[in-house]
Parts: sequence; structure tokens; C-alpha cells
Amino acid sequence: MASYSTNEFRGGLKIMLDGDPCSIIENEFVKPGKGQAFNRVKIRNLKTGRVLDKTFKSGESVEGADVIDTEMQYLYNDGEFWHFMDPVSYEQQAADANAVGDARLWLKAQDHCEVTLYNGSPIGVTPPNFVELEITDTDPGLKGDTAQGGTKPATLETGAVVKVPLFLEIGEQIKVDTRSGDYMSRVKK
Amino acid sequence: MNWQPDAALQVVRERARVYLQIRAFFNNRGYLEVDTPILMPATSTDVHIGSLELSCAGRRLFLQTSPEYAMKRLLAAGSGSIFQIGHAFREDERGRLHNPEFSLLEWYREGYDYQQLMDEMELLITSLSLRQCDFSRITYRQLFRQSLDLVIDDICLTRLRAECSRRIPGCESQELDFDQCLDLLLAVVIAPGMRGYQFVYDYPLSQAGLARVSASDASVAERFELFYDGVELANGFSELTDASQQRARFESDNLARAQKGLPRYDIDELLLAALSHGLEECAGVALGLDRLLMVLLNLDSIDQVLTFRA
Repeated sequence: MASYSTNEFRGGLKIMLDGDPCSIIENEFVKPGKGQAFNRVKIRNLKTGRVLDKTFKSGESVEGADVIDTEMQYLYNDGEFWHFMDPVSYEQQAADANAVGDARLWLKAQDHCEVTLYNGSPIGVTPPNFVELEITDTDPGLKGDTAQGGTKPATLETGAVVKVPLFLEIGEQIKVDTRSGDYMSRVKK
Repeated sequence: MNWQPDAALQVVRERARVYLQIRAFFNNRGYLEVDTPILMPATSTDVHIGSLELSCAGRRLFLQTSPEYAMKRLLAAGSGSIFQIGHAFREDERGRLHNPEFSLLEWYREGYDYQQLMDEMELLITSLSLRQCDFSRITYRQLFRQSLDLVIDDICLTRLRAECSRRIPGCESQELDFDQCLDLLLAVVIAPGMRGYQFVYDYPLSQAGLARVSASDASVAERFELFYDGVELANGFSELTDASQQRARFESDNLARAQKGLPRYDIDELLLAALSHGLEECAGVALGLDRLLMVLLNLDSIDQVLTFRA
């Protein structure tokens, strides 16, 4: 794998740090006019999801990480692994619970999502920003309460629980923002 | 394709106003405006400044990292006090406050020392800001004591490294030398807490640059920097006029460059010859005009004041 000098650092660059693949979130160049230059970076460890700070002397090099983000179609969960397929090559990948993380709450068969592969194996899954899911359980709807702005919990087909307006019923489709877990709108069929 | 300028046109106009006013300020005070080349056969040996070079008609030429050497040769030739507005270049410097090409105002005043030059800078910046500005002055030593409770004259490298690791998350300080630790603490811990216009002066001798050793304290150099809200705006010296001391500093720069695996640059013999001929006692300073514009217009990033960023 290629190595990168600090002056190639930018958001999204994937590097190895302490044996783990990491993604640079932010890179700040600081330098006193007549002094040593430094790069202060915020880095996400792609295995643990943890965000850490790191200070490099400018000019240092770090090893690149063999990490690619690829769009794949979610197929099914066999109880232990979540299976994904490359829509072009039809090649399949199995991701464990660690790699799928919270994305499992938003994965619906046939939906496309982003799978992060490290040395060819999945280490992370990013769901689409918006998904449409069916309500499988919620308290009965309260007609005429549409203007009140009250909410109630609703369980969706994937197991996620989101707050929805009081008028929604079991069996309805809703649109959810997966980044915040917020209800966006009802989906008319 | 976005061909539009990075700076708003209002910023472009403000730069023009500032330049007019700078020229009026220096003309009124008896300075001569000069124009020295950007492309010259010698460059700075400073360990922390990288030069961009190119070859032209078989010669190796450098984009100047500041007009200092050329301006000192003009002074030695008898120009009297001089100022210049121009561009300077530094390799691999890019960030919120850095662009590899940037604008400098540099001036030299014969008969002044660094404290008098700070007084003159206060007048200039007040006139450019079009309002009353408050300035404070603190020694480098006192700044570290006040901000971090560190006495830099007494501290050992091991403790200084421990301070870096303790105060800066993700900092592996075991490979930093003494001045790198000070640079890091100043840039990352101290500067963000600085408010208003603040001069820091009397730098450790190891960071003297081209400043003369203080007459009253041989452990510091008569060097100053100006900060605004922690953003470094200017660097100035009571100029070192002694050719043999200057040669020794260039040689020690090149030794340090070799140790770090950095390119070694030929010493500018023409500058040293000019110093040997004789340079009047003088003080000089370089002020970053892009950053000054950022401060005057309350902008966050150098990109907002550059017509087209690199």
C-alpha cells in the first residue's frame, strides 16, 4: 500500500494507525512562521468507530489503508451474518454484527447501501440517508390529533423504534432519516 | 467550472484601500518604496522554511521566501529606510492560515531597534483599522509562564515533552526537540487563548532567526512577533548586522538541515559580503498582508482574501 505524507492529508483519506484502518475526518495545518509545522488531525478508527485526535510533525509519512467504500445491495440476514451483493459483479460479502453496527436498524432487503471493505472484507456499513419502512407496531392512531404535534413510539419492520405523529397506524410506510433516526414523512402508496 | 475569484470583490477593494494607505503611511515617514526580485539564486537556510525552486537557462533559482536578503543588500548600499509590498513563497504550507504564495509588507528602519519598530507598527495598524486599537507586549518567557505556568529557562526536555503530551490530545512528543515542543505549545495551546493585538518579544536564542542578541540579556534575541487573537501577523528583529555571526547561523542551519535529511542550501555570500561592507543598525519586520486583511475584515480563512488560491 502506498504511504502518504502529511501534506497529502485531507478529509476521507484512509490511513493505518496503530495497526487499525482509520479515516481522516479533519486535517488542520498549524505552523509558527519560523517554527516547526504540525498537522493536527481528527481520525475515525474504522474498526471501532472511535474518533481520536492525533498530532503529526508535518512531513512525516503514514501507511495508507487498503480501504474502499463500495455500493452494495443488502440481501438478507442469516442470524449471524448480513449478506450483501455487488450489483455489478454479483459478488457477495458477509458482514458480522460488529461491521454492521447500528446500520442493522435500517437495512431492508433490496436497498442499496455503502459497505466499507478493508483488505477485501466488510468492516462497516452505511445505510442510505433516507429509508422507507413499514410500521409493524404502535399504539392505535388518534384521529383529529394531527395538529397537536404529539408523538408516540412506533416499531418498524427492521426493529428500529422511532417517534412518529399520533395519527399514524400499523401497516403504514414512513420515511426516516437514518443519520438522526428522525421521522420525516408518511409515504403514500 | 468555477472560474470566479475566491475573494469577494468587496475584499479585493479593501485590499486596494489598505495598500494605498500603507504607501501613504511610509511615504509620509520618509521611506523609499523598493521592488526586489521574487526569483533569486540564493534562498533562506532556515530549517523550518522550505523553498520552491526552478531551473532557468541552466541556473537553479529560488522563489523568495521573503525579500529580506535583497532588502538588506539595498540597505548596505545606502538606500536608507525602505519598504516593500510583494509576494513570498513557501513550500508545503497550505491550511486555513497558509497559502504557498502570500503577500508580505516588509520594512526596515535605520536607527531603530525592535521596540521602536513595534511602536511604529502600532501606528500603522491603527491607521489601517480606522479605529483605536489596543496593543499589549509580553516577553516569550513571560507568555509561557502566564499561560502555562512553565518556566522555560529551568525546564528539562523530558518535562517539556510531558507537558505537550498532557495538554495536547494524540501528541506523541518523544521525538520532539526543545524548540519543536515550544512551537507546538505556542501554536496549539497558547495562541488560541490570546486576545487582541499582542506583541511577543525576546525570543530564545535558539529561535533568533536574523535578530541580534539582546544587549541586556544574552539568553534572548531581539525578535518579536505580532498576534491578533492568536493569529500570527508579523515577525521582526533588531537586525543582526555582524557578518561573521550571520555566517555562523547559516552554517548551523545547514548542519541542522543535514541532520533532518532536508536539502542544504548554499549560503548567500552576496548578503554576507553586504554585511561585511557594513549595514547601519536597523530594525525590520515582515507583516502578512493576507492575514492582516482577514483580521481587518473579520474573516476566518486565508482563502477568503485571495483572489485565486493555490
